[in-house]
Amino acid sequence: MPHISLKAEKVFEIFGFPITNSYLTSLMVIFLFFIIGQYYSFQLTLPLKKRSGLFFMINYINNALFSFFSPILGENTFLIYPVVAGFFIYILFQNWLGLLPGVGSLLIKIHHHEETHFIPLLRGATADLNTTISLGLLSVLITQIYGIRLLGIKEYIKKFFNLKNPISFFTGFLEIVSEFSKIFSFGFRLFGNIFAGEVLLTVIAFLLPILASFPFLLLEIFVGFMQAVVFATLTAVFISLAVSKHH
Amino acid sequence: MTAEMIKNIIIGLTITLGVISPSLVIGKIAKSALEAIGRNPEAETGVRTTMILAIAFAEAIAIYVLVVTLILKFT
Repeated sequence: MPHISLKAEKVFEIFGFPITNSYLTSLMVIFLFFIIGQYYSFQLTLPLKKRSGLFFMINYINNALFSFFSPILGENTFLIYPVVAGFFIYILFQNWLGLLPGVGSLLIKIHHHEETHFIPLLRGATADLNTTISLGLLSVLITQIYGIRLLGIKEYIKKFFNLKNPISFFTGFLEIVSEFSKIFSFGFRLFGNIFAGEVLLTVIAFLLPILASFPFLLLEIFVGFMQAVVFATLTAVFISLAVSKHH
Repeated sequence: MTAEMIKNIIIGLTITLGVISPSLVIGKIAKSALEAIGRNPEAETGVRTTMILAIAFAEAIAIYVLVVTLILKFT
């Protein structure tokens, strides 16, 4: 059985900046995302009859996402939808790219402290704690930004520092703690699910090599989808809580 | 008993004890969601979204335990 590493391994470094294998996968997803976005906006300039089938498929997915998120976001849907859908599609791509054959199984040889190690060239980016914690941090920061932008800083800060009575002062303190715990809750939920899936697939493949990992692969596709939904929905719910008036 | 054996037993106990409460809670959430749908079938979509969110919160507890177990096992 190959060595399972909890953290992403360094493949090479550029001017002292370590490039890990999960970062490479992450770059691939960003590139793919960019290509799809460019393609979509190019197709939008064409007349309706000349647009391709892929365009309408992307459009359909976009519409389905929009109608999923609009009941949660309410009147601010047009403002907040791009952020939430961006989170959803980015995490979905990251999760599913980690399941492709070759990711995690293509090994390269590196020399480290006069020893030779074999490390995977690619690794699912959400199976790295750095990615998921930074996604959680981004989500919580965006929540604060929208709260301040839509309510005004005076109204928004009242949620955390309220000196009207002792109870709301205490709940404000709890709110501050919960904002910080959200970051780790987001990060560990995504990381735990995806990394556990990768470990499960590896272990099953070495227990029963033929066909046994197929149902687990289907399960992992579902889990990857579900985690993207959960991340985006939770972000949407937290933003809509932050921008709603409180008393 | 060697240290390795004790470590393996602890790892097994961590995940076993840790998943008891999340599994009970997930069952309870699904039960009340099903009861709500049974009482009011038109509200199914709304109830389903809320149920999935609540399950994700409950499942997060199990995932924390899993992360701790993985850290114990692979470091």
